[in-house]
Amino acid sequence: MYEIRLHSRGGQGGVTAAKLIALASFRDGKYATAAPFYGAERRGAPIISFIRIDDKPIKVYSQIHNPDLIVVLDPSILDLVNVFEGLKPDGKVLINAPDIPKKAEGYQVQHVDLTGIALKTNLVVAGSPILNTPVIGALAKMGLFSRESAAAAIKEMFSDERNLKAALMAYEELV
Amino acid sequence: MLTVSTGNNAVAAAVRQANPAVVAAYPITPQTEIVEQIANYVTNGSLKSKYIPVESEHSAMAACIGASITGVRTFTATSSHGLLYMHEMVNWAAGARLPIVMANVNRALGPGWNVWAEHTDALQARDTGWLQVYVSTVQEAYDATLMAFRIAEDRRVYLPVMINLDGFALSHISQQLEESPAGDFIPPLVLDHAIQTDAPAGYGCMTSSADYFRIRYDIERSMRDSVQVIKETEEAFAQTFGRKYSWTEEYRCEDADVLILAMGTLGKEAEVAVDILRNEGVKAGSMRVRWIRPFPELNLGNRELVVIDRNYSFGFGGILATSIRAKTGKECYNVIAGLGGQEVTYHDIAGFVRDRRIGEEFWFGVDA
Amino acid sequence: MSGTSASEYIWKCTSACAGCSSSLILRHVLKAAGPDTVLVVPACCTSVLQGVWPNTSFNIPVYNVAFAAAAAVASGMAAAFESMGKNTNVIAYAGDGGTVDIGIQALSGALERGTNFLYICYDNEAYGNTGMQRSGSTPLGARTTTTPGGKTHVKKDLDRIIAAHHLPYMATACSAYPQDLVKKVEKALSIKGPKFMHILAPCPPGWRYDASQTIEVGKMAVKTGIWAMYEREYDSLTLSGPTKAAMIKPAPLEDYLKMQGRFSSITEDTIRVIRGEIERNLRHLKAEAEGTC
Repeated sequence: MYEIRLHSRGGQGGVTAAKLIALASFRDGKYATAAPFYGAERRGAPIISFIRIDDKPIKVYSQIHNPDLIVVLDPSILDLVNVFEGLKPDGKVLINAPDIPKKAEGYQVQHVDLTGIALKTNLVVAGSPILNTPVIGALAKMGLFSRESAAAAIKEMFSDERNLKAALMAYEELV
Repeated sequence: MLTVSTGNNAVAAAVRQANPAVVAAYPITPQTEIVEQIANYVTNGSLKSKYIPVESEHSAMAACIGASITGVRTFTATSSHGLLYMHEMVNWAAGARLPIVMANVNRALGPGWNVWAEHTDALQARDTGWLQVYVSTVQEAYDATLMAFRIAEDRRVYLPVMINLDGFALSHISQQLEESPAGDFIPPLVLDHAIQTDAPAGYGCMTSSADYFRIRYDIERSMRDSVQVIKETEEAFAQTFGRKYSWTEEYRCEDADVLILAMGTLGKEAEVAVDILRNEGVKAGSMRVRWIRPFPELNLGNRELVVIDRNYSFGFGGILATSIRAKTGKECYNVIAGLGGQEVTYHDIAGFVRDRRIGEEFWFGVDA
Repeated sequence: MSGTSASEYIWKCTSACAGCSSSLILRHVLKAAGPDTVLVVPACCTSVLQGVWPNTSFNIPVYNVAFAAAAAVASGMAAAFESMGKNTNVIAYAGDGGTVDIGIQALSGALERGTNFLYICYDNEAYGNTGMQRSGSTPLGARTTTTPGGKTHVKKDLDRIIAAHHLPYMATACSAYPQDLVKKVEKALSIKGPKFMHILAPCPPGWRYDASQTIEVGKMAVKTGIWAMYEREYDSLTLSGPTKAAMIKPAPLEDYLKMQGRFSSITEDTIRVIRGEIERNLRHLKAEAEGTC
C-alpha cells in the first residue's frame, strides 16, 4: 500500500487534488481512497488529505502516520507545520515551488512551480491559481500513475482544457 | 458505471436512482453534501423530486410524514443533533407505518460540539421502530440505500429504514463506486393505508388503553417479518448486482478463536487487525455487525468476543456489547473506542484483542 | 474610533475567515456591553470561531447551546440572574439560520414573555457554518449550495415579524457602520425587557467577494436601500442616517449585486422584483417614520 499525505490551505483545492489522485490511480486499475482531514477548517487554514493506493481493496480509515510521499501545495505551510513528520526513511517529497525551500533540505525532494504554471495557463479562479490539476501531472511524472490515467482523471472531473494543459506542463517541468 | 465517489455522494446517487417524489432537506455537518448533491440533481433535472428546504429537522421528518402518507416515496438525511431534534417525529414515522428512508451520518453529541464519527446518535433511536443498518464502504452506502427503499416499502414491513454512515470517516472519503442503475430492483410503492379522499379515514386518532397496545404489537410483528424481507432483498440484490450482503460481514471467522465485533468503518479496519493477529498465531476473525434493528441472530459459536462500541449508554454500557449479552448471555471484552472521532487504528484493534479481559469494559485512551 | 471602549473582549486568535463581518460585529457588541455579560451562542459560525477546547478566544463567559434553543436558554438564564438580583447582560448571539428558521419558535416565545435580554441576529444570509446552504434569510436570486440556480423565494421579513411583538427596542444595523452599531447596542442594554437587533454581516466565502471588500459590500447594501437601518421603540420608528440618505438618493442596485459571485446568474426579471421590493419597503418605513401609516 502506498500512502500519501497532502498539505494545502483551505480553498486551494487540496481536497479535489486528493480525489483526482484517487481517480487517476483507479483508472490505472488500482484501488485508492482519498480522505480529507477536517479540523476547524476554513479558507486559508492548513489542511491535510490522506490518499492510499493499493492493488487490493483498502480497509484502513485511520490517519496516515508514516507516508511514502508528502505533497506540499503551499510552501508557506512549511513555516506553520512540520509537514515531514513520520515520513518513511526512503520517503519522497513533492513541493510546489520554483526552488527547493530551505526547510526541505535533507529530504528526497522534487519540485515544480505549480503556481507559476497555473498563472501561465491562466488557470485562475476568483483570484486564486488552481493547483490541484497541475499537481496530477507532476505526480504522474513521479510514477504514481500513468500519464494517460492522469489525463483521463482530469478530463473526467474538469471540462476546461486549461486543466489538462497545466498538468502536462507540470509533467514536463518537474525537477 | 464505475467511478470514484464520497460516501455522501454515493447516498445521493442512490437516492436519484430510487427517484423519491419528495425530499425534505436540512443541512448539518457532516451530512450536508447529501442534500446539496440532491439539490444539484433537482436543479439540473436529473432528479424530478420536489425538494423542500425545511427550516429544521423536526420539520424535515414531519414533511416526509406528510408526503409519505399520500403514498409517495420520500427521503431525508440528517446527523447527530438533527436526528435528536427530530426524535419525536422519528418515533411518529414508525408508529404511522411509513416507509420513509433516511440516511444518518453518525456524529457525536454535544456539548462540546464535535462533528466526528460516533454511533450514539442513531443508537438512541433504536427503540423507535426504525430498521437500522450500518455501512462501511462507499459502495455499501450506495447499495444499502437502494435496498432500504425496497425493504421499507414491502407490505410485510411498512416501516422506515435508516442507513448509517460514519461522519467524515466514510461520508467524506472517496472510494470506488459502481453506480448500478436500479432498473426495476425497487418496485413502485403501493401504500395500502395511503390517504384517499374517496375512502376517508382518520389517521393517528385518539386511541384508548384497551386498543393502543395492539397497534404497538403490530409494529413489532412487522419488525419480525422484516427479517425475512431483509434476507430476500439482500439475496435478490446479490443475484441482480453481484454484490453480497448479510446481517454481518464475516472475515476469517470460520476457524477463529476470538471475534472482533464492531460497526461501521471500525468494523472494516478490524479486518486488517485480524491479518496482523493471524500472522502472530492468534486465530482472530472479524464480524462486522450491519443490522442493529431488527437485531440479528449472530453466529458467535464458542468464540471469545472483543466488542468495540463507538457509542455509550451511560450507567449501562456499550450498546452493541450489552445487546449481545442481553440476546445471547455471552460476556465479552467491551472496548469503548472512537467516540467523537477518536482515532482508532488497526494496531490499536490488534492490541484490544491481545490484551482482552473477558467480562471487562475498557475505555480506550482513559483506562490503562 | 471615538467614544468606544478601548477594551477588547475578542482576542486575536479566533478561527474566523479573513473579512468575517460577524467577528467584527461581535467585537463591537462586546465593547458596548462590557465585561458583565454572558453570551448565549447556538450552532453558528460563532460556535466555531471561538476556538477548540481547552482554549477560547472570547474574554467573557460564552454558553454554547443547541441550534434551536438560543432564545429559550437565554430566557432561563435571564430569569435566573433576575432571581439573584444580578444585572448581568444576557445576549443571545445567533446567525440567521438559527433565528429565522430553526430558532424562531424560541425567539418569539422569549419576546412575547417579556424576557429581559438582547437577541442579536447577525445575518450572512445563509447557513454559513455548514458551507452556505440557503436559509429563510437568503435573498431572492442568491446562489447557495442548496439553491444552485438562485433562490426562488423572497427573503423572510424577520424585522416585521419581530415588530409584531411590539418590543421596547429593536434595531437593524450593519457591520460596515460600527459606530452606529455600538450606539444601538448601548441603547438596547440601557432598556429593561426584550430587545432585538438584526445586523447584516457580509460573508466573503459565502457571498463570493474578496475579503478586503467586506466593508464596501456592507456599505453598498445600505446605500442601495436593500438593507435598511432603523430603530423601533414600541411602535415609533426612527430611521438611521445612512438609510435616510439612501431614501433620497439610492445607489443603483446593480452596483451591489455585481460585487458578489452569489448573484452572478441573477436575471433582469429578478432584479426588477428586488428593486420593487426595496422601493416598497422603503416607502413603508418612511411612512412609519413619519407616522402616516
